[in-house]
Amino acid sequence: MNRFARIWDSDVAWSFRHSPVAMAAAFMALLIVLAAALAPLIAPYDPFNPATLNLMDGFTPPMEPNMISGNVYWLGTDNQGRDIFSTILYGARISIFVGFSAVVFAMVLGIGLGLTAGWRGGWVDSALMRIADIQLSFPSILIALLIFGIARGLIPPSMREDLAIWVLIVSIGLADWVQFARVVRGATLVEKNKEYIQAARVIGVRPVRMVLGHILPNVMGPVLVIATISLALAIIAEATLSFLGVGVPPTQPSLGTLIRIGQGFLFSGEWWILLFPSITLLALALSVNLLGDWLRDALNPKLR
Amino acid sequence: MTDAARNGEPAPPLVEVKGLRRVFDLSKPLLNRLLEGGGRVSLTAVDGVDFSIRRGETFALVGESGSGKSTIAKMAVGLLRPSAGSVTIDGIDVAGKASADTQRRMRRRIQMIFQDPYASLNPRWRVHAIVEEPIKAFGMLPDAKERAARVGELLSLVGLDPRDGQKFPHEFSGGQRQRIAIARALASEPNFIVCDEPTSALDVSVQAQVLNLLRELQDRLGLTYLFISHNLAVVRHVATRVGVLYLGRLVEEAPARELFSDPKHPYTRMLLDAVPDIEMEGKERLTIAGEIPNPVNPPSGCHFNPRCPFVMPHCKTVVPPVLDRGNARVRCHLFAEG
Repeated sequence: MNRFARIWDSDVAWSFRHSPVAMAAAFMALLIVLAAALAPLIAPYDPFNPATLNLMDGFTPPMEPNMISGNVYWLGTDNQGRDIFSTILYGARISIFVGFSAVVFAMVLGIGLGLTAGWRGGWVDSALMRIADIQLSFPSILIALLIFGIARGLIPPSMREDLAIWVLIVSIGLADWVQFARVVRGATLVEKNKEYIQAARVIGVRPVRMVLGHILPNVMGPVLVIATISLALAIIAEATLSFLGVGVPPTQPSLGTLIRIGQGFLFSGEWWILLFPSITLLALALSVNLLGDWLRDALNPKLR
Repeated sequence: MTDAARNGEPAPPLVEVKGLRRVFDLSKPLLNRLLEGGGRVSLTAVDGVDFSIRRGETFALVGESGSGKSTIAKMAVGLLRPSAGSVTIDGIDVAGKASADTQRRMRRRIQMIFQDPYASLNPRWRVHAIVEEPIKAFGMLPDAKERAARVGELLSLVGLDPRDGQKFPHEFSGGQRQRIAIARALASEPNFIVCDEPTSALDVSVQAQVLNLLRELQDRLGLTYLFISHNLAVVRHVATRVGVLYLGRLVEEAPARELFSDPKHPYTRMLLDAVPDIEMEGKERLTIAGEIPNPVNPPSGCHFNPRCPFVMPHCKTVVPPVLDRGNARVRCHLFAEG
């Protein structure tokens, strides 16, 4: 309880309580994440079980009973008769999982390399930062596409389906580590010259413990902000790749896959197949992004 | 001060600094040198410094900024390696290649108190973790309960409440933070503590408290201090012996009382005359002329010659030797025989 009270009293919590935008964004993000996480409980249909699908239910508009079966679907159905609401829940689940895992992967890699570059300095620093610079000169979606393509070529065809999601996570993560590494390196350079590091040296603290125990906690502030904003970008990157047809396999459609399927029917009048997944993606990316913006301002003492 | 030091009995020196020298390489990176031209540039921050500190004494180093005080402090605790010369504690070289075990035991006996208590404590750590760190790092008390008790003891020793251990550094004032830093320094039970301007970041009213605490701890635990400062009033308050540094060279070294009552080197006299002091009223003053020269390109001969009011022709060419004058040692041609 004491811990909770302290968190409630902290500056960041205060700033959160006084920012309607942040609260609305947090509510929206939480809603989507919870709905996605609890998809099997909430979804009225299982869109991936062919046994429950009825092709006759295809192209049912939202909230209208199907002409043959009389079934009502809240957000309509797609060409195969899958309930759009249910596919969105399951799709968001995959999108969020891929986005979150990719950011964690990028974060671990970026923090590790950033700490190494900042702490060691010299040629290690130069080499790592030049690699980062080179990578920054390409659009990150291109890098993700490249890595995804190479990885797919290396994996035997029989395993492609199963590994597709992991390949996607690694591709997006590898395209995204640079920002983390640069920020962490900069912060490490500042921290390592502070007197508390010298004090630890005099005590004889081992380098690994010094970096992880002393420097890492002090560089985590900016990392948290980048991680939040990166989460929105990673979700969008996943959607982009899936939209292009190179992302998740068709048996596990993410929001991007749904949008790709939907855009094929837009001009034949079945607007709902495209619209609802798009709105969900927009709401998810926007709310996470707004949270990231708020966190950046809340952690910046100069903006108070 | 221990009794031995007070009675003037000779005690073997605990810390010996011999021919200490440190050169910093300020050259541009190799590639830039090749492309843009220009050779190697080096700065001699410390140039052949000798002194020794006896057990229980406080040796103060004074000098302007850029005189090499902090560089000597860093070499004394092993943060920097000397380019030449050595610092030995009880005969063991601080930067030497003794066995790991010997190194570890020697390191435990040296601690440092830093200038800025706002930067020397990790802001993300609770005070008990900060004070506990040396005990853990040196593997002194394996039992967590004993460690916690020891931390409480240390906090009370420096005049804080043992319950303060649960707080974060930002919940304390500058003076209290410096007390925490002192508690951390004492945690490994050292006998030699390097104090690098420990009071210059504090309010005047708090400075005295911290200095008195340091002195009290010295009496109680028999500590030996190397005290770095640019504040002569502070040095007068704490020092047994004083060394005056100018551009990396020790220009004068004397017992504190003698240095303040009978300064020899013109630079020391200038420094003392610059201290506002009611008792000095009406006395003729040597004013400080000019600024400390660029240490990358120091004046030849005696480094002080461009600012010295008593400059002689050979001051500009010949480096003055160290001359013993009673208890004092001075590096100035004015005191040469004949």
